[in-house]
Amino acid sequence: MPVADLLPELALLVGAVVIVLFASFSPRSYQPVCAGLALVAIALAVFFTVMQSGGAPRLTFSGVWALDTMAIYAKLLMLVSGAFAIALSPRWMETDRRHGEYYALLLFSLLGAVMMASATDSMELIVGVLLSSVTGYALVAYHRAWAPALEAGMKYFLIGALANALFVIGIVLIFGLTGATGYPDIALELPRHDSPLIVIVALAFVVIGLAFKLGAFPAHAWLPDVAQGAPAPVAALLTVVPKIGAAIALVRFVQLLPGTIEWAWVIAGISALTMTLGNLGAMWQNDFRRLLGWSAVSQSGYALMAVAVVGASDEAVPSLLVFLAAYAVANITAFAAVVHLRGRTALDDYRGLARVRPWTTIAIILALLSFVGIPPLAGFFGKFLLFRATLDGGYAWLVVVALANTVLSLFYYLRVIGPIVFDKPAGEVSDLGKTAAAALMVAALLVLALGLWAQGLIALAVSGT
Amino acid sequence: MILTLTLAVPLAGALILAFGPRFREQTARRFAVATATVPLLLLIGAWFRFDPAGPQFQLVLDVPWVPSLGMGFRLGVDGIALAVASMSALLFVGAAAYPVDTKGMARQYYAWLLFLEMGSLGLFLALDLLLFYVFFDLSLVGMYFLIARWGHGRPRYAALKFFIYTLVGSLALLLGILGLYLAAEPATFDMRALIEQQPLAGGGALAGLVLLAFIIGFAIKTPLVPFHTWLPRAHVDAPAPASALLAGVLLKMGTFGLLRIPLAMMRETFAAWAPWIALMAVLSIIYGALVALGQNDMKRRIAYTSINHMGYTVLGIAVAGAMLEGNETARQLALTGATLEMVAHGLITGSLFLVAGSFWQRGETYDIDAYGGLAAQAPRLMLLTVLASFASFGLPGMAGFVAEFHIFVGTFAVYPWLAAVGLLGIVITAALFLQMLQRLFLGARPERWADFGDLRFSEYVVLGVLVALTVLIGVYPRFLLDIIVPSSRWLVGGG
Repeated sequence: MPVADLLPELALLVGAVVIVLFASFSPRSYQPVCAGLALVAIALAVFFTVMQSGGAPRLTFSGVWALDTMAIYAKLLMLVSGAFAIALSPRWMETDRRHGEYYALLLFSLLGAVMMASATDSMELIVGVLLSSVTGYALVAYHRAWAPALEAGMKYFLIGALANALFVIGIVLIFGLTGATGYPDIALELPRHDSPLIVIVALAFVVIGLAFKLGAFPAHAWLPDVAQGAPAPVAALLTVVPKIGAAIALVRFVQLLPGTIEWAWVIAGISALTMTLGNLGAMWQNDFRRLLGWSAVSQSGYALMAVAVVGASDEAVPSLLVFLAAYAVANITAFAAVVHLRGRTALDDYRGLARVRPWTTIAIILALLSFVGIPPLAGFFGKFLLFRATLDGGYAWLVVVALANTVLSLFYYLRVIGPIVFDKPAGEVSDLGKTAAAALMVAALLVLALGLWAQGLIALAVSGT
Repeated sequence: MILTLTLAVPLAGALILAFGPRFREQTARRFAVATATVPLLLLIGAWFRFDPAGPQFQLVLDVPWVPSLGMGFRLGVDGIALAVASMSALLFVGAAAYPVDTKGMARQYYAWLLFLEMGSLGLFLALDLLLFYVFFDLSLVGMYFLIARWGHGRPRYAALKFFIYTLVGSLALLLGILGLYLAAEPATFDMRALIEQQPLAGGGALAGLVLLAFIIGFAIKTPLVPFHTWLPRAHVDAPAPASALLAGVLLKMGTFGLLRIPLAMMRETFAAWAPWIALMAVLSIIYGALVALGQNDMKRRIAYTSINHMGYTVLGIAVAGAMLEGNETARQLALTGATLEMVAHGLITGSLFLVAGSFWQRGETYDIDAYGGLAAQAPRLMLLTVLASFASFGLPGMAGFVAEFHIFVGTFAVYPWLAAVGLLGIVITAALFLQMLQRLFLGARPERWADFGDLRFSEYVVLGVLVALTVLIGVYPRFLLDIIVPSSRWLVGGG
């Protein structure tokens, strides 16, 4: 067994186990140490992942595990996002006296998402999806005494239970058709079946399952609630990491389908619906965190554009990766700002923030303008590459829909920026101290730096694919 | 190098103002004026180094930025860009020097102003399509904050409308850029390569769609009727120097883009569509003039004359691109006229908006009927307003006349009927300006203006320089023509 190929995942796993043990046997005052342990685990995982990069794309571990640019890029992205979520957590979790295992849950959640991105075997994918979901439910409802958190957790769980059940059924159907769980075998066997109906049903179920993780139509309804109700660092994690994993998993999955099935139209349709619904949901939102949740839905819609043209354009996968990277830094910046401001959520409470917290305001503005795609921020290059790939793949109408949605989204982002910058301050602003502020500043800087240094971002995504 | 500095200095100035020492109001203003003067001097230097007999694009800088996309930090000028950029740099100095109520946030105000200068000049100097787009969008952001924070009336609504409306334009532009980029072989954003390649020549429906995207994008920015509805609101509610920049510099981005991208890079398609573009231009000329005539709000009136004047510019550009061969002289005249009109309109309308700002500072209203009989009270204000207005409706001996003369001579050779209709616009503008002058300065003076002050020194100097330049271009246009004519001749294909 080539265990070395799994070192990043093992680092997360071992780190999580160590944290659970440490948290169980150490006094309360030592609980924050777990954050450090988690960061060490992630640093190790990042190190091992970097060591893996540069080789030719291959499958390992009896063909269930991909080591290619897509997997490695996505893994790095998720690990770094996870590190940000952890760095934002300590002060936030301070009031929860036994929060050591929270970090273990975060690591498990990361591990699930990482598995989704690497899996080339349907069983492996199921494990990844379920691991990421189950830890997610617990994380969302971690403030168990707070009703909105419980509500969000419950909603997440109910939608997740349904979507995951369908997902498993879909995988089982495919297994029944092909007798295989490995992707290479499935790709070989699927076209031989002359019962497209079952394939279509299986496709629909799998897509619903992954749409849940992605926060895309039709299983997107949990996202705004989670963004609002979950602990803000968790919201930062769950709006970014599973999305990346699911997007990659979907790319791998649709490439298995026989050419006779018009799956690209389905994905394009979901993409258009998702971005439009997300934007309409955000439009008149008066709660900043819910607004970010809806905007995360719409961003999933953009990401799906690349998936729709995976078969038609060579640019699809690199553009998806760059877009996800840009989305990740901007979204983490936005949520980091929320964390830094102690989770304040009503848009009215943000009035006049520019006067009292200028740097936080700059970070929020950078993040939101990056979502819109104003150059030279990271988001511009993400969207630009997506549009290029989608045009290249022949889906010009989808690009037009996305452009219309971009205009729509500017409206509600300005609804945030306007009051923050131009109104009089509403009152005292308390914040969460230096760690969160540092994480916020680094993330905001990345929004700008990854735009100015787009070359690096793109070159990494292109290499090897 | 000289062009890079032209952009780097305002950007550095903006950053220093925003994050540096806590300058006081006066210091911030002086610092901003000094910083804004540097690009102007640099561009004047570029003027001397520019060789009209040399290659089309000079002082070229080409540094890779995102090479895997074919995007570079490419700067360079032809005569047209140089003329428009220099005019813009001058206007920025004027706008920075002009007194304005900064609402206690002088540093931020001047920081945004310099940021906007970086964006605007960058757009005129860019030789890379994507870089062009970057500056196009950055200028929106700068203007949004200037209007929303320092405007009056309903500034935030006006700024929102401006940002969203023009973002539609810039996204259409992005679509066009992508279309052109994907059609190029090898794919690049280098404008020189694209002009050489003419990527979508003979491209049928696709070429038409790409052109349409560009036209919509630039028509919103210019603005042409019927895409103009964002303009009056933004102009009226913006602080006066911002209005001056909006009209003088930002509107030029539309017409400049039109001649830089579709006219130069898609000549065949442009020629096929030129009659429609010309028609739209004439529509803007007439509509803008007529609606301006009906306005009682000074700023609205000037704003609508902008639509009228930009109509002349677009008409000149449409004529220049009306055919691939033949009529070179006429088409070159039209394009030269369009460029002159950009410069002239920037100076003239810039000064008119500043004048409107002076009225607002003294009377807090733009209502023309609220004023009257100010001739004796404010003779210097009257003198400069009269000169600027005369220049605006194209009185011979001033810049507007030279520009419009060129445009109409060219147009008569290509689209005689449209030229005839367009000329009506000049008559209407003359009427509306004369009427405005009469209502502002003649007649009985309402009692409340008993202590209406004349222009202050800083206002007098800024307006004086702008108007003097208008006259200079009117009587001695050679110094501009020398650099514009070779470039426009090259663009229309006459060698």
